[in-house]
Amino acid sequence: MNRSEIKNQLAERYAFQLRLAAAALFVLVLFGILIARFSWLQVAQHGRYQTLAEQNRISLVPIVPPRGVIYDRNGVVLAHNFSAYTLEITPSKAGPLEDCINRLATIIDITPKDRRRFKKLMEDTKDFESLPIKTRLNDEEVARFAANSYQFPGVEVKARLFRQYPLGKVASHLIGYIGRINDKDLKDLDDSGDLPNYRGTDHIGKVGVEQSYESDLHGVTGFEEVEIDAGGRAIRTLKRTPPTPGKNLVLSVDIKLQQIAEDAFGDRKGALVAIDPQNGGVLAFVSKPGFDPNLFVDGIDPQSWNDLNTDPDKPLNNRALRGTYPPGSTFKPFMALGALEGNYRSAGAVINDTGVFNFGGHAFRDDKVGGHGAVDMYKSIVVSCDVYYYSLANTMGIDAISRFMATLDFGSPTGIDIDGEQSGVLPSQEWKRKRFRTPATQKWYAGETVSIGIGQGYNAYTPLQMAHATAAIANSGVMFHPHLVQYIVDGVNGNKTVVEPRPERVLPWKPANIATVQHAMEGVIKEGTGAKAFAGAAYTAAGKTGTAQVFSLKGSKYSESGTKAHLRDHAWFIAYAPADHPKIALAVLVENGGWGAAAAAPIARQVLDYYLTGKQPAQAASDVESSDSD
Amino acid sequence: MIKDFLRRFVRPIDPWLLLFTFLVFLLSCIVLYSASNQDMDKISDKFTFLGVALCVMWALASMPLQVLMRLALPMYVFGVLLLIAVALFGSSSHGAKRWLNIGVTKIQPSELMKLALPLMLAWYFHHFEATLNWKHFIVAAVLMVVPVGLIMKQPDLGTSLLIAAAGFYVLFFAGLSWKLIGLMVMAGGGLAYVVTHWNLCIHILREYQCQRVATMLDPMQDPLGAGYHIIQGTIAIGSGGLLGKGWLNGTQTHLDFIPERTTDFIFAVFGEEFGLVGNIVLVLLYLMLIVRGLTIANNAATLFGRLLAGALTLTFFTYAFVNMGMVSGILPVVGVPLPLVSYGGTSMVSLMAAFGILMSVGKDRKLMKA
Repeated sequence: MNRSEIKNQLAERYAFQLRLAAAALFVLVLFGILIARFSWLQVAQHGRYQTLAEQNRISLVPIVPPRGVIYDRNGVVLAHNFSAYTLEITPSKAGPLEDCINRLATIIDITPKDRRRFKKLMEDTKDFESLPIKTRLNDEEVARFAANSYQFPGVEVKARLFRQYPLGKVASHLIGYIGRINDKDLKDLDDSGDLPNYRGTDHIGKVGVEQSYESDLHGVTGFEEVEIDAGGRAIRTLKRTPPTPGKNLVLSVDIKLQQIAEDAFGDRKGALVAIDPQNGGVLAFVSKPGFDPNLFVDGIDPQSWNDLNTDPDKPLNNRALRGTYPPGSTFKPFMALGALEGNYRSAGAVINDTGVFNFGGHAFRDDKVGGHGAVDMYKSIVVSCDVYYYSLANTMGIDAISRFMATLDFGSPTGIDIDGEQSGVLPSQEWKRKRFRTPATQKWYAGETVSIGIGQGYNAYTPLQMAHATAAIANSGVMFHPHLVQYIVDGVNGNKTVVEPRPERVLPWKPANIATVQHAMEGVIKEGTGAKAFAGAAYTAAGKTGTAQVFSLKGSKYSESGTKAHLRDHAWFIAYAPADHPKIALAVLVENGGWGAAAAAPIARQVLDYYLTGKQPAQAASDVESSDSD
Repeated sequence: MIKDFLRRFVRPIDPWLLLFTFLVFLLSCIVLYSASNQDMDKISDKFTFLGVALCVMWALASMPLQVLMRLALPMYVFGVLLLIAVALFGSSSHGAKRWLNIGVTKIQPSELMKLALPLMLAWYFHHFEATLNWKHFIVAAVLMVVPVGLIMKQPDLGTSLLIAAAGFYVLFFAGLSWKLIGLMVMAGGGLAYVVTHWNLCIHILREYQCQRVATMLDPMQDPLGAGYHIIQGTIAIGSGGLLGKGWLNGTQTHLDFIPERTTDFIFAVFGEEFGLVGNIVLVLLYLMLIVRGLTIANNAATLFGRLLAGALTLTFFTYAFVNMGMVSGILPVVGVPLPLVSYGGTSMVSLMAAFGILMSVGKDRKLMKA
């Protein structure tokens, strides 16, 4: 090491020490700023902050915005709010809870149901929140509690807005309901950054329109700065930022039509979806049985919840949106159109139906023993000839069928504006490969294609998809995403935002081809399987009946009376009207209803009658006796 | 025999660092007991973290500095690879990809980078000590930008800025030109100006980050949301006054007004219950730790040791400053724990690891003299 190196090292050392000194200065200055800040807060401003801390307990009170009102297309209220008093307990401040509730029960009537509901709320929430023990107190009860309130720390009467569904069970599946915010909702709100806006809010939309339009319906939370005394009583309001009320929704649904449709089902289970084919607006959206959404508003009690969940009719299941069923013969018009578009059949080509289609050593039978004789495409739809479609499906092959059906959204969501839509199953070779595990089960067999042709086999679609596809035929290939909400109305300034019909696609069908299918569907109503149900109608309609097998009867003849109720066939009917300028397209499904012509078509008749002529039905369609075959 | 073993065991430990750490730890237990509503489980957790952290510290302290030097490059490369893996296959939570799922547990590679980047840069400058010129600073800047950029993309602005700061401190001690530093400070000021002007801000940062800055400038803009933390934290500290409301007597704390009061916002509890005097004591303890760290840097035998000790010490300072600054409302809210005080194992272990490295640097000097 020579001299200059040592010198160099010394210079480096010196430079480093200079930097260390600068760093130390940096640290001192910044810590100094901190200490200055602390001194400012803790000495100079101490008085102010001390007051703020004393007032703090409710210095910022969130003001929950009123939730938007939901109307039908004619202005009928489907969901609104009313103000009522609730008795609320903050468990962490109330002392021994059981004792507290027992003492409360001596002044105010508290039912076992109230207790059960409260217990469930306790389990679902953190204990420092205030929870309602009894809702909708009357004035006398409020007065009685007020006189005794000193005995009940942690218990208070609050005025709150309640959601109410004036029509009860009607349209419950489409309107949905609100319920208390649970842990999962909290997490979702936190993830989306909306949590602050829910301060003070206990409820959130759970299903249906209430859920999918939550952000419009909720509004913006306001707040109030309130000065309070040591006892916690508010003395004066320092500042108030009012909440912005939630926006109102105007649905495209006609609630009268909805009600007629629901009544038409009587006690039967099933679903009906009616769509305006010209814009995708949903006119009726039925899933039977329904439930009373009012049960959920105050937090449902475990007994009612259990009843709903264990009911074998599954009232909570939205059949129109989530139930998937084989379409049966209602699949035939779509098959026919696919055949024409793909040049697999001409409309005039005639086959001879002997009642049996033999394929690979298996006999596929027609409904009519002995067959329908000479059948062209028109007749195949009008009389619902199975053999015609067994043979057609075999000619087209599964790939051509699934390619064509996919363009009509079979097997994929329609994009309706509520959550939870099922996509159903559009069978194809690829679908089967993905669905099954072993090579033997993954393989597509040509025999399977044959039953696909009459809407059986792996085919499974929702009533919504069927209505959507029917609307496409009615509208000659112009498709819209179905939607339930027509306008969003700003409650403050009344500005309307139209939920624009979302055109989905225009299917490039040849006019002659779609006309053939439309003509045949009119034939169904005029002279075919739908004729009886539509006798004397004041308009022309087009439709197709369907009966979907729930399980396959090996060899034995199907007999409605001899089959257990839950294994009976599902009845289908799809239709649109007026035939020349369709204003409504619908699909009806009656679960285990038997023949489509007898069980489903009369329901459609009542709905179409009311929508097009204003005629009110005399009795539920399900009670009308009919013996037509499919 | 036992004496000999003990001596060998104790030798790598720097008594000053350990003493001040223990004092801060003690304060931490006292305030945590109050903040957690007398939850002894949390205190015992805290002791478990300390135990683990002490072992890590001791292990690093006993490790010869040459070993650390050899580890610098592999650690850095490994860290960067992990960050790339996170970008490719990381698991998301709350919209950010920060974690790597390795079967048993999820790891957050940005934690490793907090040590790996200063180590790497110190090693790099040490390696080229004889020929050091401006080009090396450019390479160093690149070495720094790669991980910082990857972390920023996760997105984790807070952590990436803190790691950038750690890297910058190495450059600073290695002799980064004062002119450049001046320029950077001015650029930083300019950026801050832009950021505080809402409309321009959106183009540079993500919306929620702008929101945080805007909220800091005016917490009442969003008093129930993002501003809530700041308002309540400031009220807690301000109402503490000169001597504080006394241990376990903080009304803000015990009436649930302080969010995250055992973790990032624990300083609000401390400030409320122990007042300005308490705050000054805590700041002085931190200052003592920093002074000790800078002293070790000053006495270090090699450039590697000097740079590493200096940078780690200033990084420690940065954590303390950013946390106290954010809780008292002069910095935007970023998720930075209060060093050694906030409840949480990861931060404790990584801080004590840094102290272990400082001790190793200090010990290195002793060996050279001997």
